[in-house]
Amino acid sequence: MSDHDHDHHHDHDHSELSETQLRVRALETVLTEKGYVDPAALDLLIETYEKKVGPRNGARVVAKAWFDPAFRTRLLKDATPAIAEVGYAGRQGEHIVALENTPRLHNMVVCTLCSCYPWPVLGLPPVWYKSAPYRSRAVSDPRGVLADFGFTLPKDTEIRIWDSTAEIRYLVLPMRPEGTEGWSEEKLADLVTRDSMIGTGLPKSPKDIAK
Amino acid sequence: MNGGQDLGGTHGHGPVKPEPNEPVFHGEWEKRAFALSMAMGMPGGWNIDMSRFARENRPPGEYLSMTYYQIWFAALETMLKERGLVAEDEIAAGHSLHPPKPVKRVLSPGDVAKTLHRGGPTERETNTAAAFKPGDKVRAKNINPPTHTRLPRYVRGHVGTIERIVGCHVFPDSNATGAGENPQWLYTVRFDGRELWGDGGDPTSRVSVDAWEPYLEPA
Repeated sequence: MSDHDHDHHHDHDHSELSETQLRVRALETVLTEKGYVDPAALDLLIETYEKKVGPRNGARVVAKAWFDPAFRTRLLKDATPAIAEVGYAGRQGEHIVALENTPRLHNMVVCTLCSCYPWPVLGLPPVWYKSAPYRSRAVSDPRGVLADFGFTLPKDTEIRIWDSTAEIRYLVLPMRPEGTEGWSEEKLADLVTRDSMIGTGLPKSPKDIAK
Repeated sequence: MNGGQDLGGTHGHGPVKPEPNEPVFHGEWEKRAFALSMAMGMPGGWNIDMSRFARENRPPGEYLSMTYYQIWFAALETMLKERGLVAEDEIAAGHSLHPPKPVKRVLSPGDVAKTLHRGGPTERETNTAAAFKPGDKVRAKNINPPTHTRLPRYVRGHVGTIERIVGCHVFPDSNATGAGENPQWLYTVRFDGRELWGDGGDPTSRVSVDAWEPYLEPA
């Protein structure tokens, strides 16, 4: 890009861009000119988390656990290698623990101190997960938080909240929906929602996807 | 630090508002801020605990009024300036004005997948024995360091039960200040809802944190 084009671009966008947007662009230029970053690597990082790493990964893991009892056992015993079998590993998922929901126990995951989240299986966290309302109340008023998601848990179900304060990342294994006997792994994966793997929602029912 | 980031149990933030069909990033600048933060870790020479401290170390009002990626970006600027890698006049000019400092390694496109796949495991070998075992009653210490810590305020002083010995892991309180990894035994510690929140707490709730041994004392 010539200097002329560059300046023109800045002037043109100035009125529409906030201070932060301008500073991000400026800093990227400075870091690139200094040789500290390669813009092609930045593009690849963005593409990875926009297109490749997301909750579909976790859905495949959950569906496999519903489908294959031996895998379920491995997942609950030591999730990191079990998840690596399915092909997911790495950054922000170095030490994963899977949490099994049962009729008597519901698990919900939070990071009250920042935004810790199992990236290899769920991708980058949604805004609400990183925001003050969720981080403040998940630990003190978990049923109130579930109500914000339109989700009511039976009164006598124990609710267990996992605050991700270290480098351990938690993945909820929701209960397999009824009416899915004989379903393939692939079809089961379509029922698994992101929120059901955080604990703020349930998987879809066969009726939901028939609509 | 007892800062704006330590949100567990605080009030007044309103309801959780999930966004239907939320995109991964809201706008181009978030993508770039995210990628720059990821890519600069290696040449910048900081660790994840230093990054977390750089994000939380600001007035609580400011922390709470910034968006997530604004916080990330502000922390990135701080860490770059602290290390003399970038100066404010350069950001203002939108160009490099001073010679670059030598850096260890720059992330190349060919290294992205490998680097992400490797991640940054924090478990370390140790010769020491864990002081606690599953079932032990422990009290979270009443510590209030102005530096980085991962013991949230809402458990301090409260009694919980060791549920699991996780392993020996890098200790953020040391790692964030540059004092080294200083690995310590890490435990999952479970607290009853009423122990944490009193009679108004949900009696069907239990909350766990992952806590390093220096955060805990026998109860």
